[in-house]
Amino acid sequence: MSTEARLLVSSSPHLRDRATTRTLMLDVIVALIPALVASYLVFGVRAVALTFVTVAAAVLAEAAARRIMKREDTISDLSAVVTGLLLAFNLPPTLPYYMAAIGAVVAVVVAKQLFGGLGSNFMNPALVGRVLLVISFPVAMTRWTVLDGADAVAAATPLAQLKAAAAAGSAVPGTGGLPSYVDLLLGTHAGCVGEVSVLALLVGAAYLLARRTISPWAPLAFVGTVGLFALVAGQPPLYHMMSGGLILGAFFMATDYATTPLSWKGKLAFGIGCGLLTGLIRLFGGMEEGVSFAILLMNIVTPHIDKWTRPVPLGGGVRHARSA
Amino acid sequence: MPMTWSFSGGAHPHGRKGTAEAATVRLDGFRRVVLPLSQHAGAPCRCLVAPGDLVKVGQRIGEPGGFVSAPVHASVSGKVVAVRKTVGFSGARIEAVEIESDGVYEMHPDIAPPVVTDRASFVAAIAASGLVGLGGASFPTHVKLSPPADKAPDTLLINAAECEPFIASDYRRILEDPAAVLAGILHVMHYIGIPRTAIGIEDDKPRAIAALHAVIDAKAAADPFGPASHVEVVPLRTRYPQGAEKMLIHAVTGRTVPSGGLPHDVRVMVLNVSTVAFIADYLLTGVPLVRRRLTLAGSAVRSPANLDVPVGVPIGDLVEAAGGFARTPGKVLMGGPMMGVAIDSLDSPIIKANNAILALDEKEARIPDESVCIRCAKCVESCPMRLMPTAIDEASRRNDLEELGTFHCNDCIECGTCSFVCPARRHLVQSIRNGKAQLRAAAAKAPKKEANA
Repeated sequence: MSTEARLLVSSSPHLRDRATTRTLMLDVIVALIPALVASYLVFGVRAVALTFVTVAAAVLAEAAARRIMKREDTISDLSAVVTGLLLAFNLPPTLPYYMAAIGAVVAVVVAKQLFGGLGSNFMNPALVGRVLLVISFPVAMTRWTVLDGADAVAAATPLAQLKAAAAAGSAVPGTGGLPSYVDLLLGTHAGCVGEVSVLALLVGAAYLLARRTISPWAPLAFVGTVGLFALVAGQPPLYHMMSGGLILGAFFMATDYATTPLSWKGKLAFGIGCGLLTGLIRLFGGMEEGVSFAILLMNIVTPHIDKWTRPVPLGGGVRHARSA
Repeated sequence: MPMTWSFSGGAHPHGRKGTAEAATVRLDGFRRVVLPLSQHAGAPCRCLVAPGDLVKVGQRIGEPGGFVSAPVHASVSGKVVAVRKTVGFSGARIEAVEIESDGVYEMHPDIAPPVVTDRASFVAAIAASGLVGLGGASFPTHVKLSPPADKAPDTLLINAAECEPFIASDYRRILEDPAAVLAGILHVMHYIGIPRTAIGIEDDKPRAIAALHAVIDAKAAADPFGPASHVEVVPLRTRYPQGAEKMLIHAVTGRTVPSGGLPHDVRVMVLNVSTVAFIADYLLTGVPLVRRRLTLAGSAVRSPANLDVPVGVPIGDLVEAAGGFARTPGKVLMGGPMMGVAIDSLDSPIIKANNAILALDEKEARIPDESVCIRCAKCVESCPMRLMPTAIDEASRRNDLEELGTFHCNDCIECGTCSFVCPARRHLVQSIRNGKAQLRAAAAKAPKKEANA
């Protein structure tokens, strides 16, 4: 008899899947690497250096904030790395490093840790960081460039050019300086560090979808709604769908766990809302892009969407009078 | 082609059914058995024996304590050495009879095939057999066979899904005696008056599906207008928890059991495949439920196997007889890793409902540390009942009765899928169980308050 064995007693289940918070974050990091490589090819080494600055600032800020708040260290969950990456991807490649670092600290400390840390923040930290920088440093945050040999030369973003071309009456991609669809796919045009190459972003998105790290509802609804909006407004839908950071926002930020709805219906509603707001901002607002503000505004209504889209349990959920 | 609706959500735990192709080994020679007098859902039995009594195999030692109860029979011949309190499978302290085996396994002389002529005598015979659901739920079978008259089932649904990892006892039952499965089905169809039967089985068990087809086709060919031609095998998508009653009913019939309802509310009677096969054996021999087939497996077990053992064998003795532990067990489970119950002592006996005994080594047994919910929604996506486990978890942890109701805490079937997929390793099922207890406590308190007022 082996009665001396001490047996653990706990609630079922006694088996856990392999995925952890850390592996999910690692999935996102891996999925962002193609876009980082594309960014290096389009903007040169400075884009990579800027990304390094925001990631380092985000991780240090997270470690410091947790220590000051006397909470357990969380940098090993890698969520701060993801925030740093996404912030850099939403910044112009020429932004001074100190500004980028300020954005990262605000993203992690103000938008995330002050609200309780991972899972409790209600707005996307990277986007809060970006918006703060847009407001604080409007000139530096709208200085768009492309590489000409080894030099960065000023250039307008595709949507700004499209707006100007449409106003002038001839918006045909690939003509009159307007980047072509191939440019949009490869990323050979002005824009933020990580938003330019649609192809690289879609490779990463496909990886996340295949791994089921993200679900397709919000991104598809987001991109689709923007396309429809453009179509109705008489603008080239595909052009809108492939530019202005839409693919980056739809697949990597409208899928952020903490700040988007839980159910698939909620995710769908969230995506449609983001798409409508983006369309409104782009075609009737003062900005050309609009994706960041659309996502942040929808982040705010996420608790309400969750309430409106609560799934109905199998069996109806209404207690059934039991016979016998 | 049978149409299957399956269910939404679920998960894919690794099957780990390493014993599936190992024939069942009959194990005897145990020195003693401990027979709890409550091995079923419902009222405990009244003890019929006293220390010093000599008993034989199949002798009734526990008298049912009500309609929802099942008698307990001696599983060995020998001497009653004690009637004492032990910890039952639900954690409550219950009475148990300890019998020292004489090693002979002498049958009680009264054992004879029951005389069954109609529905009433059929149900009475099953009630006398001590049969409970052998798939793990241990609900007395004669109660299931007695649905209210206005809810007569039109479909007998045989649960052969066996969706939990490791467990292969139902699978072995089908492969080793498919004729008993069919005979049991035909008995139930005949005596209860159910026109059609569907056997739901996961499609990763092609050999069992073929074995069932073979016996059904042979019977239907011999009697083309007989009931066997109304028995069909329905292969189901291999996905946990396919064998959960509500998922199974939905997958095979497309019907949805209402919240808080039972299968008969949608005119279905669900019986586990080993349960129905026992019915055939019992009508043939009259030997009550004193043995059962189970899978012994897990990382701490030296020789995983499918065993046929007397009910009541202490688990420590069983493991020893089957080859012992390869490593120190950290956790021992009655049932599968997703819904099984962890026991606190190797002295706990095998009970009627145990389709598996799993011993996990210390590494596998480790309870993972929880981290914060990151709202990844994997629990919401995978819940087969379409609940929001993370929301129930939160409500439970702050004792919010209203939110527990809003998020349908009581609809949870405790299948474990949410905890399994949770990347933050949150103890969701435990928390939801806790929430149910809070609701029960509040419901028990409510009428008293009114009475006082």
